[in-house]
Amino acid sequence: MAENLPERQTDIGPPHYVQFLPRVIKENYGQWKYHEELSAGVMVHVSESGAKVWTVRVASPRLLSTDTIKDICDLADKHCDGYLRFTTRHNVEFMVDDESKVQPLLDDLKAGGYMIGGIGDRISNVVHTQGWVHCHSAATDASGLVKAMMDELHEYFTEKELPNKVRLAVACCVNMCGAVHCSDIALVGVHKTLPRIEHDKVKNLCEIPSTVAACPTSAISPDPKQKSVKIKEEKCMYCGNCYSVCPAMPISDPKNDGVAIVVGGKVSNLRSNPTFSKLAVPWLPNNPPRWPEVTDAVKTILNAYIAGAKKHERLGEWIERIGWEKFFSETGLPFTMQHIDDFTFARETWRMAATFKY
Amino acid sequence: MSMKHETPLLDELEKGAFPSFVKEIKRAAEHSEYAQDLLGQLELSYKEKVTHWKHGGIVGVRGYGAGVIGRYSDIPDKFPGVAHFHTVRVNQPSGFFYTTKALREICDIWDKYGSGLTNMHGSTGDIILLGTNTENLEPIFAELSSRGWDLGGSGSAVRTPSCCVGAARCEWANIDTMAITHEITMRFQDELHRPMFPYKFKFKVAGCAVDCIASIARADMSIIGTWKGDIQIDQAEVKNYATNGMDIQAEIIDMCPTGCMSWDGNELKIDNSNCNRCMHCIAKMTKALRPGKEKGATILLGSKAPIVTGALMSWVIVPFMKMEPPYEELFDLVDRIWEFWDEHGKNRERVGELIERLGFPTFLRETGIEPHPAMVKEPRRDPFFFWTEADIEK
Repeated sequence: MAENLPERQTDIGPPHYVQFLPRVIKENYGQWKYHEELSAGVMVHVSESGAKVWTVRVASPRLLSTDTIKDICDLADKHCDGYLRFTTRHNVEFMVDDESKVQPLLDDLKAGGYMIGGIGDRISNVVHTQGWVHCHSAATDASGLVKAMMDELHEYFTEKELPNKVRLAVACCVNMCGAVHCSDIALVGVHKTLPRIEHDKVKNLCEIPSTVAACPTSAISPDPKQKSVKIKEEKCMYCGNCYSVCPAMPISDPKNDGVAIVVGGKVSNLRSNPTFSKLAVPWLPNNPPRWPEVTDAVKTILNAYIAGAKKHERLGEWIERIGWEKFFSETGLPFTMQHIDDFTFARETWRMAATFKY
Repeated sequence: MSMKHETPLLDELEKGAFPSFVKEIKRAAEHSEYAQDLLGQLELSYKEKVTHWKHGGIVGVRGYGAGVIGRYSDIPDKFPGVAHFHTVRVNQPSGFFYTTKALREICDIWDKYGSGLTNMHGSTGDIILLGTNTENLEPIFAELSSRGWDLGGSGSAVRTPSCCVGAARCEWANIDTMAITHEITMRFQDELHRPMFPYKFKFKVAGCAVDCIASIARADMSIIGTWKGDIQIDQAEVKNYATNGMDIQAEIIDMCPTGCMSWDGNELKIDNSNCNRCMHCIAKMTKALRPGKEKGATILLGSKAPIVTGALMSWVIVPFMKMEPPYEELFDLVDRIWEFWDEHGKNRERVGELIERLGFPTFLRETGIEPHPAMVKEPRRDPFFFWTEADIEK
């Protein structure tokens, strides 16, 4: 690119947020008194001053074309004085400062095919990773799983209420670039076969000490004869961290890579402490484009929660109350050897009591 | 532009109610070779059930070691449009608010130099510009930075800090999350753009214990707003909730984790000395209950995803810190933590893992933090513990 470029600047940081705040937000910053959820996709915040801001939330696939962003901008120009925001879960939020502006905005959003909802005790947007769209270590696709799952569950975004929020997440491998490990229901791409050592490449591409150190189960040791590494097969848990460090140890295996489901996590402190998700299903096949085995299992878990939980109980709180043994009987999900922990925190998870339910 | 590749599997994901990422890629493919070949390569991944991206590759802009993620196709001959498909991370403004003017400006730059595909936003919080080639990186950076945008973090650096909406539009914000996030980001520009740590370091700032930014699960340093003093009660509004059908006994009193509340049908009472500030009652009766008046934050440290030896959540290291500009107490704490990490951390060891390896008391001793019961769920079980010279009678 030989053209004249503007002068670059470094270490200037992001633009200051104040310039991006709608007037009603700027004027009532820190003065909000309460809010009300008016419908699945509309809420109103009321300030000490009496000022109000109505927020309309819509779903997003997170992967957005600039054309779609510009469409969203057109709507924000027409209805919101040229301001908008995104949520931490990648929803788009349109804000207006007068009740009379809400319905015309909703009408235009509906006409444009936007999915309005995600507020309150519902399913909001799915936090997810890059998958096959952009990641070298993906054991599955993320956008596709989200799409397949939400096509089946969208009524819980737009309309139907749940006992509490259900936070869904998808990670395409165990690196978990997203809050998958603390979500109500999360899908995670997993491997179940050994990494393949490309001995001729190891010496050029990999640092042997850091490759050995990358293994959480000490399955990898140096192989000085080959100037490479070797793997103690029975110790490998297929996490793929060696591949992150050493590109000459690919672990992808189309026949055996699949999707695990973990459940019952949350990040909020409401009622009970933040909680890690735990294993519900160790492996389901990668079956694109719609992953029917995975979406069926998710629906089974969600339906059991809807049937069993008390109002305000998160999925994990429901399971804690009834017990994990009951979770497996209520959902009909098989309990397997893989469910019993033999990794870092194993001892804390075994039942050291004689009390359990048949 | 007509589509270059047949994509029967992906076409299936254009159907259905939820917004389709395939439609987005196809929209970009109307004017982008990158997006055309992305469709082709992605279809192949759907068919073969395997990724077609190569491992890493170091690319970037002059003077920075962070902000660009190198990405290359492993079958560039088939899909030359994505032979290079690097990601540019652009540091988002606090709270994810935008003017349409600013967004259009970024879109125009990206249409000119990249795939026209984005993530709004990435998992850490950046605006993700998804897919360009190496020679476009400097022009993109010049165009962005001359208009007031900068790159975010990547690699063993401070990662782009992010926060919940906070005081901008939430009555529960005990701290000004957007201001604090901006201050942290500006203070650590060097650490953000030039990786110099054992591994990544993430900051996330939440206004209250609801933690809409998932700081406790996803940040090395989690800053979570809280308060001291009594929850403010508007008894008339409590009665309104009851009148409007809320079963206060079942939904509030019985769900309080500490049992510190009572309701006699007329007055709601809270034994504040036993409240652990979980936010349940305030979140469910937001018109009637508000946090106490003395605001601050709990500082927690150490969370991370499962790699290497299991996921960690952040744990308390400072029960209560006032959070007022210029935030020197916070920055002083960060300096001490980084010094400890710098001194002892191994390559690719997160600060939480380091503290696990060397021991929480060692960390406290070396950073000069006094032990406090809020730091633990319970004291140790086993009677093994260290003493120092000073504790021994000679």
